[in-house]
Amino acid sequence: MATEILMPALSPTMEEGTLAKWLVKEGDSVSSGDIIAEIETDKATMEFEAVEEGILAKILVPEGSAGVAVNAPIALMVSEGENISEAELDEAHSQQPAPADKTLTSESAPAAAKAHPEPQAAPDRSPDWPEGTELRQQTVREALRDAMAEEMRRDGHVYLMGEEVAEYQGAYKISQGLLEEFGPKRVVDTPITEHGFTGLAVGAAFGGLKPIVEFMTFNFAMQAMDQIVNSAAKTLYMSGGQMGAPMVFRGPNGAAARVAAQHSQDFAAWYAHIPGLKVAMPYSASDAKGLLKSAIRDPNPVIFLENEILYGRSFDVPMLEDFTVPFGKARIWREGTDVTLVSFGIGMSYALEAAEKLAEDGIAAEVVDLRTLRPIDYATVIESVKKTNRCVTVEEGFPVGSIGNHLSARIMEEAFDWLDAPVLNCTGKDVPMPYAANLEKHALVTTDEVIAAVHKVCYR
Amino acid sequence: MAARKTSAKSNHSAEELTSYYRDMLLIRRFEEKAGQLYGMGLIGGFCHLYIGQEAVVVGLEAAADEGDKRVTSYRDHGHMLACGMDPDGVMAELTGREGGYSKGKGGSMHMFSREKHFYGGHGIVGAQVPIGAGLAFADKYLENDRVTFTYFGDGAANQGQVYESFNMAALWKLPVVFVIENNQYAMGTAQARSTSSAEIYKRGEPFGIPGEVVDGMDVLAVKAAGETAVAHCRAGKGPYILEVKTYRYRGHSMSDPAKYRTREEVQKMRSERDPIEHVREMLISGKHATEDDLKAIDKEIKEVVNRSADFARDSAEPALDELWTDIYAEPGKEPA
Repeated sequence: MATEILMPALSPTMEEGTLAKWLVKEGDSVSSGDIIAEIETDKATMEFEAVEEGILAKILVPEGSAGVAVNAPIALMVSEGENISEAELDEAHSQQPAPADKTLTSESAPAAAKAHPEPQAAPDRSPDWPEGTELRQQTVREALRDAMAEEMRRDGHVYLMGEEVAEYQGAYKISQGLLEEFGPKRVVDTPITEHGFTGLAVGAAFGGLKPIVEFMTFNFAMQAMDQIVNSAAKTLYMSGGQMGAPMVFRGPNGAAARVAAQHSQDFAAWYAHIPGLKVAMPYSASDAKGLLKSAIRDPNPVIFLENEILYGRSFDVPMLEDFTVPFGKARIWREGTDVTLVSFGIGMSYALEAAEKLAEDGIAAEVVDLRTLRPIDYATVIESVKKTNRCVTVEEGFPVGSIGNHLSARIMEEAFDWLDAPVLNCTGKDVPMPYAANLEKHALVTTDEVIAAVHKVCYR
Repeated sequence: MAARKTSAKSNHSAEELTSYYRDMLLIRRFEEKAGQLYGMGLIGGFCHLYIGQEAVVVGLEAAADEGDKRVTSYRDHGHMLACGMDPDGVMAELTGREGGYSKGKGGSMHMFSREKHFYGGHGIVGAQVPIGAGLAFADKYLENDRVTFTYFGDGAANQGQVYESFNMAALWKLPVVFVIENNQYAMGTAQARSTSSAEIYKRGEPFGIPGEVVDGMDVLAVKAAGETAVAHCRAGKGPYILEVKTYRYRGHSMSDPAKYRTREEVQKMRSERDPIEHVREMLISGKHATEDDLKAIDKEIKEVVNRSADFARDSAEPALDELWTDIYAEPGKEPA
């Protein structure tokens, strides 16, 4: 019984090739690993090794033949002492190469071609805390620290690592007091080695811990982007659900003040682009606390984008034993009927200030704080736009591929017939952040720009 | 076999030698079959074969205890087979089928097994090194006495994150064995053209990490070095480096024409230093096994590999719904 040697695929893209040269002739004995032919692929000339031992009984495709399809029989092998029959020869010559893959490919592919999973149900408008809950004023900084401390008390597998988080008490004093309470095992000062400690924390998460990684600022997380995107975000999928990275990456994001281009960038849209990551970007202290606690408990990698300018601002925070805010639930800060302002993070400062001033002009703006960018609460945005018929998005990031761009597309898909004006995106300018005070002010999105955009979409 | 300083004189039992022979042969035959399936178009994309390097993983697995962890790069089939993962599941992942370890969603370079403590299978050169240090960090935190084998190549040894990991592993005394599989070529670049000093195992010295060079074509030498390294880690003394000199017979990946080395160089390695022939010779000359005994093993392995190929061919493609699963873990339903 003769065995066919088939034209091999020798690169990821090869469908046919040239049989450049036979290095053995009919009648030769070959053993496994012997190079028997040279084959030109679309990329290079490759050596082709025998995988079985035997005698090369018949060459079916002579050397110099071009356009030989992958899987076409090119020669026949027999075992020692065996002969080849005419029938086998005929059969080999008449055989068409069977495309191994195509026959198996499912025909029902379009079923999976939906661009996004099912649209959401009606928006969740339940309040973040029960009516009558006692509130107290707290800074965003204090709220973040309390969230970490509460979760570290709750779960011994949660630990904090980053530059200056322990003995220095945090470069921005977010981890104040944590070393004292939890000790150096759970509050770990790292060397300045973002790529390394991020990868190490991903490994620790694979190994059963729940790391909180503090980036001194998210600008430095650029050094660690591969570990965040390729290792943390994708492993659950690549492992078929066997293991993932339950962890939080947190720290200040976006422009601070007068620190120029390399230290002033909003990465919200970058991270929101990646399936497998969750992304939160709170504005208020209560959201900072409630979302960070949810983030630490979440079994997925969460990017938690804070803002240095907001750290010292005070907001009402509910005095609850265990206060959390779910991901994917926007918050309506102010109701209105004339235009929907959608923002998140520090962009909310401009949106709320603009709404205040617009009210003086008789324009009632509804202000939606997305709070999380992955998942995004589309339902709340769409419902609001269907009511106001106009939308302006506000964010600090660069304009190209912004969150506002994405929302505009989504609104066009789901609420096109309700729109009375194009959706406008207010963003940071398309320039690296300058140092000079006057230039910096102009590079950022401003309240005046938001007001101007609203006037434009309201035609008044 | 010419000019080998063999450790065959020591008292290795027939059982032990036979098990190394079997484990290495499984990897060799499995990889040959994978190459064959690639040629038939059943395996796509990148496929990096481990042929020639078998003694490295088999020797180190012999030094490992239950519960120890391992993580490696994209040349990972050998590691998976050596730690006891099912050849059927590995081969079916290579063909992208639902019976694969990752349900067909990872492929050759991205495979995992929580059960066997195999943490990948990583496609980005060097990225597995801090991850390995992190696995060891978790074990130290959990005080469970486990050791992590973190494998990477001579090419990855020039990535910055390797030294970031050395620093932290030494600083925090993490129980991690850094295994540098030096097969002498970083894709097509010979070590001398990419690496300023030839002795990679010494690169831990500035961090205070002991290192040694090991003959990676001698499974017994690898095992002995692995035992030293593991003992060091378990004693709480921190990381250890093993630079294991080995050789890959095949190209970097399936589409590598391998013009950067001579056919004679490869042939010389194969005929003089083959790790499987080495053990075979010990078994025969030590009268631990007869030719017939080994032929029976060969046959048995061939059957295992053929079965895995059949399984990988017959297993269905993943259901289209799988496109949308395993992107996020549900709260409360974390992977074990």
